Amino acid sequence: MPVLHTELMEVSMGPQHPATHGVLQLLLTTDGEEVVHAKPIIGYLHRCKEKIGQMLPYAQFTPYTDRMDYLAAMNNNWAYAIAVERLAQIEVPERAEYIRVIFGELNRIASHLVAVGTYGLDLGTFTPFLYAFTEREAILDLFELVCGARLTYNYIRIGGLAKDLTPGWEKQCEAFLDRFEPKLTRIDELMGGNFIFMKRTGNVGVLPLETAVAYGITGPMLRASGADWDLRRDVPYSLYPKFQFNVPVGQGLAGSVGDCFDRYWVRIKEMIESCRIIRQALAGLPEGATLAKVPKILRPKPGEIYFRMENPRGELGFYIVSDGTPVPWRIKVRGPSFCNLSVIEAMVDHMLVADLAATLGSFDVVMGEVDR
Amino acid sequence: MTVWEQLVGSFSTQPWLVTLYAAFAAGLVIFGYVNFVGIFAIWLERKVAGYIQARPGPLHTGKFHGVLQTLADGVKLMLKEDVIPAQADRLLFTLAPAVVFVGSFLVMVAIPFGPGVFVSDFDIGIFYVLAMSSIAVIGIIMAGWSSNNKWALYGGMRSVSQYVSFEVPLVAALVPVIIHGGTLSFRVVVEQQAGGFWNWNFLGLGNPFLIVSFLVYLVAGIAEVNRTPFDLAESESELVAGFHAEYSGMRFALFFMAEYANMFVAGALATLLFLGGWHAPLPIGPGDSHLAGILMGLFWFLLKSWILVFIMIWIRWTLPRIRPDQLMTVCWKYLLPITLVNLVLAAGWEALK
Repeated sequence: MPVLHTELMEVSMGPQHPATHGVLQLLLTTDGEEVVHAKPIIGYLHRCKEKIGQMLPYAQFTPYTDRMDYLAAMNNNWAYAIAVERLAQIEVPERAEYIRVIFGELNRIASHLVAVGTYGLDLGTFTPFLYAFTEREAILDLFELVCGARLTYNYIRIGGLAKDLTPGWEKQCEAFLDRFEPKLTRIDELMGGNFIFMKRTGNVGVLPLETAVAYGITGPMLRASGADWDLRRDVPYSLYPKFQFNVPVGQGLAGSVGDCFDRYWVRIKEMIESCRIIRQALAGLPEGATLAKVPKILRPKPGEIYFRMENPRGELGFYIVSDGTPVPWRIKVRGPSFCNLSVIEAMVDHMLVADLAATLGSFDVVMGEVDR
Repeated sequence: MTVWEQLVGSFSTQPWLVTLYAAFAAGLVIFGYVNFVGIFAIWLERKVAGYIQARPGPLHTGKFHGVLQTLADGVKLMLKEDVIPAQADRLLFTLAPAVVFVGSFLVMVAIPFGPGVFVSDFDIGIFYVLAMSSIAVIGIIMAGWSSNNKWALYGGMRSVSQYVSFEVPLVAALVPVIIHGGTLSFRVVVEQQAGGFWNWNFLGLGNPFLIVSFLVYLVAGIAEVNRTPFDLAESESELVAGFHAEYSGMRFALFFMAEYANMFVAGALATLLFLGGWHAPLPIGPGDSHLAGILMGLFWFLLKSWILVFIMIWIRWTLPRIRPDQLMTVCWKYLLPITLVNLVLAAGWEALK
C-alpha cells in the first residue's frame, strides 16, 4: 500500500494579520493545523530612535520615547528622565516624584487593560475588550486633563513634570479608582472565570522558568513563569520603597506555571496592586514645586549610565553615554517587548495555529518598541 | 390544489401555468423572507451586541434605533467593486456564494410558519431540511479552495470538518423526535404537540429522552451555523476571516445573509420539533382554522424562533471561541456517545410504552 504524504505549507502570518497586534510577520511552516516552525520577521516599524537620540539635545529626545512603547508612554518618559537625571545628578522635587508614581501606575493599568482586552479578541470574545477599553478611556481622560494628550504625553520631563496637576484632579482620580476596581473584577469573571477561556489558555504556551531566564524575559511574562522578581521592589527607584504592594507570581491556576492563563492572571493582579500604590501615593501627595531647576542646555559630565525600570511589559533600560556636550554620545534602549518576543521561535513546538494566536496574544508585545 | 395555486389561480386557466406561477409566488415570498431575516438579524445582532457591551449600537440610520443600518450597508456592499483575485478559480469563486445562499433558501421552503402557512407540506420535511442544510458545505469548501488564499483554505477545511462532524450528533439527536412522533412531517410533529406547553417535546413528558435530544440539538445547532463558541471557520484572530477572506461586495453579503438565514433555520427547527411550533403556551384563543388563529400561530412561531436566535447572539457576545481539536472532542467524544445512547433508550421507551 502506498504511504500517503502530506505536504508542509508555508503561510505568512502578518504583517497585516489580526493576531499579531501590529506589523509583526511570522513565517509559519504548518502541517495541517500544526505549526512546525515559526520565524518572526521584525523591522516594519523601525524609525531609528537610538540614532535620533544621538543627534538631539537631551531634553528633545523625551517625546521620541513616547513613541516606542506607545501604550505605556508615561513609563517610557519616566525611565528616560530618571536615566538623564542620574547622569546629570539632578534632584527631583518630592511632589513631582509622587505624581510620577501615580501616572506611571495609571499607565500600567491602561497598558494591562489593552493587553487583557486584546487577549480576549485573540480568543474570540469581543465583549471584555470593550469593557477594558471603556476603563482605559477614563484613564486617558485623566491624563488629558493634566497634559492635554491621550497617547503620547511628553509629560514627565527631565527634572520633574511639564505641569502641575489641575485643581481637583486627585478627587477625580480617586473616583476613577473606586469605580474601576469592581469593573476589573467583572472583566476577570468574564474572562478568567470562563471555562472555555481556561481551556484555551491553561497548559497552552508553557514557558518554563529556565527558558524565560535564558531568553532574558522580563516583566509579567517572567513573573508568570514563577520568578518572584520586580524591579520596583528588588532594585528600587523613585518612591517605591515607601509603598506597600505585593508582586503577583504565576500559580498555575488553570494548568501549569508559566502558561497563557498565568500571564493573563498576573496582569489582572498587577492592576489591583497598581490601584493600591496609587491610593497610597494620593494619600501622601505633598505640596510644592514640580520641576527642578534644570539648565536650558543640559551638559552632563562625561560618563555613562544604565538605568532600568519596570515597564508594564518588563525591564525597560536606557544606556546613555555622555561626552560632556549637549548631545548624548550614545543612547541604547533595551526594550522589553523585543526580548519577550524572541522566545516565540523556541516555544512553537508543534503548536496548533489557534494556540499560537493565544500564546502570541499573551506576550503582549508592542511592535513600536520591538522595532524602535 | 395548494394555497399558492389558489392565490394565483385567477391569472390563468392553464393548470401548468398556475403551478408555475404558484412556484414563482412562493419563491418570491420565501426570498423576501430570507432577505428580511438577514437584514433584521444583523440589526438585532448589532443592537444586542451593543447593549451587552454597554454601548448603543446603530442609532441614526432610519430614525428609530438604526433599523435601516443593515439596508444601508447592503446598498453599500452592492455598490462595492466586485473583486476576483487574479489567481482564483473564477467559476468556483463566483458560484460559491450562490451555492451557500441557495442552500439556506431551499431549507426555508419546507418550514411551516404557521397552521397552513407553508410553501409545501412535505411528508419527509425533516429529512429534506437536514439534507438541504448540508448543501452549504459544498459552497464553503468551494469558496475556501477557489480563493487561492491559504487562510481561506484553512477556514474552508475547518468549516467542512466541523459541518460533517456535527451533522452526525445533530441528526442522531433528532431521530428520537421522529421515533416519538412516528413521522418525518413537520406539520404532524407540531400538531402532536398541541394543547399547552406541557405537551411540547422539550419537556419530555411523552418521552423523557427528548430532553437530552433538545439539549444536544442546541449545542450541535450552534455548531452547525458556525457561531461562537464554534465559529472556527471564520475565527478572525487566527484565520483573518476564514473562507470568505477574499470576498467583497455582494458576494460577501450573500455569505453574510446565508449565515443569518441558517441561524433562523436552526431556531425554527428547534421551535418546530421541541417547542410546539406555532402553538401558544396555553391552549386558548381562536382555532387554527380562523384567520386570527393563523396569525396567532404565525406570531408564536416567529416569537419562539427569534428568541432562540437572540440566545445564539447572546452566547456569541459572551463566550470565547474553542479550539479546533476541542471542537472535535466535544463532537465525537461527548455529543455522539450521548446521542447514540439516548437514541437507543428513546427507542426502547417507545417500544415498551
